Amino acid sequence: MTLPNRTLFTNARLIDPEAATETLGSLLIEDGMIVAVYDAAATTDESATVIDCVGKYLAPGIVDIGVKVCEPGERHKESFRTAGQAAAAGGVTTMVTRPDTDPTIDNPETLEFVIRRAREAAPVHVHPMAALTKAREGREMTEIGFLQDAGAVAFTDCDSVIVDTKVFSRALTYARSLGALVIAHPQEPILSKGAAVTSGKFASLRGLPAVTAMAERMGLDRDIALVEMTGARYHADQITTARALPALERAKANGLDITAGTSIHHLTLNALDVADYRTFFKIKPPLREEEDRLAIAQAVASGLIDIISSMHTPQDEESKRLPFEEAASGAVALETFLPAAMRLVHADIIDLPTLWRAMSFNPASLLGLPSGRLSVGAPADLVLFDPNAPFVMDRATLKSKSRNTPFDGQRMQGKVIATYVSGNKVYGT
Amino acid sequence: MTFPHRHLLGIEQLRPEEITTILDLAEEYVALNRGDKKHSDVLSGLTQINMFFENSTRTQASFELAGKRLGADVMNMAMQASSVKKGETLIDTALTLNAMHPDLLVVRHPHSGAVDLLAQKVNCAVLNAGDGRHEHPTQALLDALTIRRAKGRLHRLSIAICGDIAHSRVARSNIMLLGKMENRIRLIGPPTLMPSGIEEFGVEVFDNMDEGLKDVDVVMMLRLQKERMDGGFIPSEREYYHRYGLDAEKLSHAKPDAIVMHPGPMNRGVEIDSDIADDINRSVIQEQVEMGVAVRMAAMDLLARNLKGTA
Repeated sequence: MTLPNRTLFTNARLIDPEAATETLGSLLIEDGMIVAVYDAAATTDESATVIDCVGKYLAPGIVDIGVKVCEPGERHKESFRTAGQAAAAGGVTTMVTRPDTDPTIDNPETLEFVIRRAREAAPVHVHPMAALTKAREGREMTEIGFLQDAGAVAFTDCDSVIVDTKVFSRALTYARSLGALVIAHPQEPILSKGAAVTSGKFASLRGLPAVTAMAERMGLDRDIALVEMTGARYHADQITTARALPALERAKANGLDITAGTSIHHLTLNALDVADYRTFFKIKPPLREEEDRLAIAQAVASGLIDIISSMHTPQDEESKRLPFEEAASGAVALETFLPAAMRLVHADIIDLPTLWRAMSFNPASLLGLPSGRLSVGAPADLVLFDPNAPFVMDRATLKSKSRNTPFDGQRMQGKVIATYVSGNKVYGT
Repeated sequence: MTFPHRHLLGIEQLRPEEITTILDLAEEYVALNRGDKKHSDVLSGLTQINMFFENSTRTQASFELAGKRLGADVMNMAMQASSVKKGETLIDTALTLNAMHPDLLVVRHPHSGAVDLLAQKVNCAVLNAGDGRHEHPTQALLDALTIRRAKGRLHRLSIAICGDIAHSRVARSNIMLLGKMENRIRLIGPPTLMPSGIEEFGVEVFDNMDEGLKDVDVVMMLRLQKERMDGGFIPSEREYYHRYGLDAEKLSHAKPDAIVMHPGPMNRGVEIDSDIADDINRSVIQEQVEMGVAVRMAAMDLLARNLKGTA
């Protein structure tokens, strides 16, 4: 007789990012938790529902730091329901949401609203981040303590850089006393003001306002100095240029509490993809040169860059159908995250366990979440997928309310077959 | 004569023989414009709308005159004063326009790529009259015609483009056109006004006028926008004039028969000395204006032939 909450996955390629292994085995879940992992491929369990995963891969669900859900304020672009469904379809079992909404999530009341909406509507785990300064204006710090008590897992002003270093250093100092994680956007704000693309031949050809890649290194250098000064826990949201990497490496070698992320778009696209002013390729920071993309991908493979995020940013058609300079930045990515990441695997730049370390284990560890693991006692947040299944991306099929994906019409490989959150199937047949 | 394009959005999309086609036809219109009866009916019955989202007197007048001489019904829409200010998007504007059934749409817009975007959404032929810092194809074509008439050819010439290259759509279109026609291009200007990565365009870059102008056949000066003069990109107007303003001394480094060009309107005493601008032996600036009308007539004629399927 089978127990309702007991499922056995057999004959699966198990990706364990913690142990850095990819093995053939079986995995037993019960009541939302992983209760056993077997080396043997074919195990039977009479009391469990058995799912034969032959030829498929089973991995911890993706933990995505930096998802923009447009609640409150812009539900016509994305709601917790649509974002949650998109996440489920993309194998993302935990969304860590951004506070750059309208109004900003910068007080406990708004945060509680968000948590309540997420619980009602999203089929995946949601952990909200809160702003570090009020209205993300870089002037006064938010109630970091109250927000932390209310459930904020990190503090960030998103792509708005705190220009005033006094404000930023005090916020870092205060956050340190609470053990709060601060996530910042390393970018020299004045140099990058008004820029739509990265400077270089292509930007000049298209006549678009551009920013030098050096602005990222300058921003990172400044932030590293402030972290050294304050001892805060710091995560750089997106490192996208080769020139920023030595500074990051030095900071880590010096023992600072620094981690870094990058976006899936910066790992798979480059500046030339903008082509004839295609605004779906306008993101922030802008897409970089191919050499930068390769250097960043290598840095993820080596572990220098800890985390890959989708930086899911829904924009409606009206915000994108504008001249390039005026068009809104950002791209949706929850549903294309996994197949896009597979490009790095298929290009032999990175192996699956290392990739899952950056997409699941590392972000969970950074935020102190129990997920991101394939070990006994971890939550049964799982993604079952076929890394080789080919398809042509059609944006009309996206579950996201906004469909501003740069991958529309592109050939991709890697399909999510099923997604489980706390043992419940939230996507798949 | 074949001209397989629905729009004229930039020089980038044109092949050398297509450029020659436009210039050859423009020569015929130069003759027409100099005659007694400055009129033709090739655009008769067609509607031309000039949409300028950015101020322009000269280019708009040139397009208007070109259209009228070819018999089109010409309408000017001053978009700065219109509903664009009220938040209407470019796409809304395009849809509104479609309902008016224009045949030729002449567009200038302050943002790079905006004319391309509009062209994707309207049902008529679009001529780019300048988009941001991107392209200004009819200016490059009229410059090419002027050079060809003055020098007798449009290849293997040494041509200097001087001044604010970074913010100039005229420079971009000219670099592309003159490069496609196999000329040697030199860019001269202060490094703060040079676009990044410009060396990769197959040009030589100089920050010194005397060196850059050495033995060139053509000197093209660019307008320096007033808002770029004060401390931001260059220290001052007078230092710019001293180092980059074209005067007789600097011009003496060019070939003795070198011609001087300027897309207008000129800042006399900033980028060009009045004596040079008015020197009928060197300056072809007035001729450029004349060629402008002829080139625009040729471009609209060719696009209209495609509309009518008589190409």
